[in-house]
Amino acid sequence: MNKQAEYVLRTVEERGIRFVRLWFTDVQGFLKSVSISPAELEVAFEEGMTFDGSAVDGYARVQEADMLAQPDPATFQILPWRPDQQVARMFCDIVLPDGAPFEGDPRGVLKRNLAKAADLGFTFYVAPELEFFYFADAGPEPQVLDRGGYFDLTPLDMAQEYRRKTINALELMGIPVEHSHHEVAPSQHEIIVRYTDALTMADNIMTFRLTVKEVAMEHGIYATFMPKPLEAHDGSGMHLHLSLFEGDRNAFYEPGSDNGLSKVGQQFVAGLLTHAAEITAVTNQWVNSYKRLVAGFDAPIWISWARNNQSALVRIPLAKKGKSQSVRVEYRSPDAAANPYLALSAVLGAGLAGIRNGYELPPEVSSNVHALTNAERQAAGISRLPETLAEALDRMEQSELMAETLGEHVFDWFLRNKRREWDRYQHHVSKFELDTYLPVL
Amino acid sequence: MDVAVFPADHSESLASALMAAGIKAQRVTDLEGEFPGDASALVVELGNEPLRRLRMLEALSVESPVPVLAVVDPTQLTMVEGAVGITDFLMAPPDHAELRLRVRRLTHAAGTDEVHHFKDLELNVLTYQAALAGRPIDLTYMEYELLRFFIEHQARVWSREQLLSKVWGYEYYGGARTVDVHVRRLRAKLGEERASWITTVRSVGYRFG
Repeated sequence: MNKQAEYVLRTVEERGIRFVRLWFTDVQGFLKSVSISPAELEVAFEEGMTFDGSAVDGYARVQEADMLAQPDPATFQILPWRPDQQVARMFCDIVLPDGAPFEGDPRGVLKRNLAKAADLGFTFYVAPELEFFYFADAGPEPQVLDRGGYFDLTPLDMAQEYRRKTINALELMGIPVEHSHHEVAPSQHEIIVRYTDALTMADNIMTFRLTVKEVAMEHGIYATFMPKPLEAHDGSGMHLHLSLFEGDRNAFYEPGSDNGLSKVGQQFVAGLLTHAAEITAVTNQWVNSYKRLVAGFDAPIWISWARNNQSALVRIPLAKKGKSQSVRVEYRSPDAAANPYLALSAVLGAGLAGIRNGYELPPEVSSNVHALTNAERQAAGISRLPETLAEALDRMEQSELMAETLGEHVFDWFLRNKRREWDRYQHHVSKFELDTYLPVL
Repeated sequence: MDVAVFPADHSESLASALMAAGIKAQRVTDLEGEFPGDASALVVELGNEPLRRLRMLEALSVESPVPVLAVVDPTQLTMVEGAVGITDFLMAPPDHAELRLRVRRLTHAAGTDEVHHFKDLELNVLTYQAALAGRPIDLTYMEYELLRFFIEHQARVWSREQLLSKVWGYEYYGGARTVDVHVRRLRAKLGEERASWITTVRSVGYRFG
């Protein structure tokens, strides 16, 4: 048994932990949990915990159901929101009975992609901006808690107390928060999490979503990461700040380059732009995700980059002088309801394709892309992100890159599952149609 | 194993027991004077002036940096009862094996090896537990290892590369940024008032304490 596992066993004993939750994630990004008692922990470390994979969305067919959840001791963490009944969690890797990694495990998918980056000498770092809404309850109509706006403070920002408690809980779990504020829409909030390596960050995003919901529930309200819950207001995104490091050197940084980016950084951005349409089904995986990606609500829809232009898909934030470590690119289309393991795999895959194939960075678009005419956009070579889930799936299905990045198992299952979701949506007759057509047709 | 012994002209039986036990004794002539820095316990023979020496120990107990082992006659047992400033006692003439065992137990309990203290932080390396002002903090293994390294190597600056190789070991490929990430997480868990225990030394690395 290695030292990390020993540390976990000892801590469980010393701290009187009564349950250990083994966490893993299904293909759509829902958190799954198996609770075990401390007595079972040693066996879990040595052999893994057997479970029925056919019961998990996107995992297995009935005939190949047996799988093992192998806890990762490095992720052991006591949960701060259950002080009375000591509970801890660990993230798991999913393996088959013969010990081979299961290729439908999203955490495994990200690990495979990080290994590819490591082969090129890169470590991938991510810092997300996570947006969400607080509503009065989980009922069918969203009830906002306040009419506050960007940066507003009390008394409009009644939710700042919940936000403070959430940040506290996050910090106790080793998820440092850079800052937080009231967002543009009523009842909308943003918490910016400090960068870390991509695997830890994907685990952190899973933990973050649960923590926000737990704290809200404790206060009798409801928190949601639904991309666009309020028609008249901005949706909730998850801007991703991305960088690659070679050892302790920022591979995106080059002193004196005109956009602040090195060749590698420029190629990475070119990769993101080239493959943006193909990866969108994964970074924006719900029918509702595309209601956020429309004009007029601070969400990117045009595939372009700029240093300082809120309508661009990729933004290169100005790094302060001498701050070579903080040079990064910001990818602005993903929403917080994505599966973080797959979303980070997709953006990394796109960026690395740019580096591997030496893509050229197109010219910067510093004007407001929304204001250009179609002809002007066409002349500038600016295309649009997919407008619907169906279109995004079409683009993904034709993508070699996505098949390779996700692996065949996840790629096939994801397309099948999401086609069904789109199909269900197509059958739905909406309020819009009834209101618009019934009176006149 | 070094102990301080008082009085300097202690009995022959104590001197030979110390020698047989393999304990290096440093003679102390004045209990209120300079105390030998590397002594991990103080052995005091009550001898022929027990009440006076007990009073001196009582006065010392406030500041004594080490546990005190008293060597007592059977006739002095009633005086030891309720005495302040004595951690443990041993019957005269001392048996060398018992002397050795008691000194070991005392220096162990004092936790010079297993429990580290820094201000209100306590870190127990046997149980892997850390506590702030008596309240346990939840660390991951690497956060714990980093904190342990810092507390065991205080007041000097360590570069990121040094920390990587000493705390993470060579098999880790996360890159030097990993150190920054963990330092930030450690600071978050220590809380705002204590975050400054770990100082960033610009373009060099980190220092604890």
